[in-house]
Amino acid sequence: MIESENQDYNELIKGIWRDNPVFVQVLGMCPMLAVTNSAINAIAMGMATLFVLVGSSFLVATFKKWIPKQIRISCFIIIIATFVTVADYTLLALIPTVHKELGAFIPLIVANCMILGRQEAFASKNTVRLAVMDALGMSAGFVFALFTLGAVREILGSGSLFGVDLFGGAFEPWIIMILPPGGFLTLGLILFFFNWVTHRREIFLERVAEAERSGS
Amino acid sequence: MTEIITANRPDAEADPPPIRLIATLALAGLISGVAIVGIFEATFETIAVNKARELRAAVFKVLPGVSQMQELTYADEQLVPVTEGMSSENSIYAGYDKELNFVGYAIPGEGPGFQDTIKLLYGYIPADRKVMGMEVLESRETPGLGDKIYKDDVFVGSFRDLPIDPIIEVVKKGRGGKDNQVDAITGATISSRAVVRIINENNAKWLDNLPSPGSEPGLRVETNEVVHD
Repeated sequence: MIESENQDYNELIKGIWRDNPVFVQVLGMCPMLAVTNSAINAIAMGMATLFVLVGSSFLVATFKKWIPKQIRISCFIIIIATFVTVADYTLLALIPTVHKELGAFIPLIVANCMILGRQEAFASKNTVRLAVMDALGMSAGFVFALFTLGAVREILGSGSLFGVDLFGGAFEPWIIMILPPGGFLTLGLILFFFNWVTHRREIFLERVAEAERSGS
Repeated sequence: MTEIITANRPDAEADPPPIRLIATLALAGLISGVAIVGIFEATFETIAVNKARELRAAVFKVLPGVSQMQELTYADEQLVPVTEGMSSENSIYAGYDKELNFVGYAIPGEGPGFQDTIKLLYGYIPADRKVMGMEVLESRETPGLGDKIYKDDVFVGSFRDLPIDPIIEVVKKGRGGKDNQVDAITGATISSRAVVRIINENNAKWLDNLPSPGSEPGLRVETNEVVHD
C-alpha cells in the first residue's frame, strides 16, 4: 500500500522538476514559444494542454489492451485530436476573449509532441491510475514552465503581470520580449539556469557522499 | 528517463489480421466523430449568442448614442432589413436612438494587415459625412506594435468625428493637421495604413449607394425584440 502510494507520488512529482517536459525534455516548444507573451495566455494554454493530456492518458491507459500496436500511434492521435476539438469549442463558448488571443494555437495542441510522447512512453504501458498521475504531473510541469516564461516576458515586455501595471509608467517596456525573439532569449536563459542548478546539485550530492565515505 | 512497466505486453504476439486493424481504427474514428458532433451541438448556441453580443457591442461602440440596431442589405437595388432566410453577407447595420430615429450606419470591412486579415467595423453618420468610431473585430497584428490599432486610445480616438472627404489620409505623427488626416502609429505604419485603407475602400463601395439622408429604412418592429441585453 505504502509502496503504491509512493509510486503515485513519484509519477506525479517527476514531471514538475526532475523530468520537466519543457526545461528537461525540451518538448512542446511550439506552443511554449508562441503563446507565452503574457502570463494569462500561458496559463490558459497550459490548462487546455492539461485537459487534453489527462483525458488522453486516461483513455489510452484504459483501452491499451484493445489497441493493436501496429496502429497505436493513429489511435493516440485520434484520441488526442478529439480532446483538442472539445477543448477548442469549450473555450470558444465559455471564454471567447482567451480563445481570441490563443487563436490558431489551440488546434495545434494536437501537434504538441509532449502529449503524444506521454502516450507512447507511459500511458500505453502503465495502469490507468499511474497514467493519470503521470499526466497530471507532466501537465503541472508544463503549466509551471509556461507560466515562468509568460510572467518573465510580460513583466519585461509590457511592464505588467496578469494585465496589472507594475511600474506605473516609470518603465519603458522591452517590446522585443513579447515578440518571438524574446521567447527564444528567455527560454535559453531559463534552460541555462535549470541546467546550472541541476549541475550544482550533483556536485553538492557528490561532496556529501564523499564526506560520508571519509567520515565512516 | 526510467519508466515503470506494470502491464504485460508480450512482443512475440502474432500480427492481428488487417480486418481487425481496420475495424479498430474505424471504431475509434466513429466514437471520435460522435464526440466532436456532440460538443459542436452543445456549444453551438452559446457561441452564436456570444458572436451576436460582440457584434452588437461593437455597433453601439462605433455609433455613440445608439440603442437599437438592425442589419440591412441590398435587395432589388434597395436597402432593406435582413429577414430570416436572407444571406447576411454583404450587409451593414443601421443604428437608431431611443426615439427610434436613424443615427448612422455601422459598416463592416476587412483587408490585409501586416500579418493577417484585419476585420473591423466603423460607424458612419451620413448627415455629417463623418466616421464616428472604429472597432477592430479580428486581427493578428504584432503584439506590442501592430496591435496598437485597437489598444492605442489616441489612434482609435482619431476615428471619432473624422470627415471622410475627399479621402481619409494617413500621415506621420505631427505632419498632418487637416481634419481628414489620421496620425500613423510609430512602428506600426503598415497596420495603421491598412485600417484607413479598409475604411476608404468600404466608403467607396457603400456611400454612393446609400439612400439620401432622411430616407433611410426605419426600424422593423420584429427585429426590435430579437436581442435585449
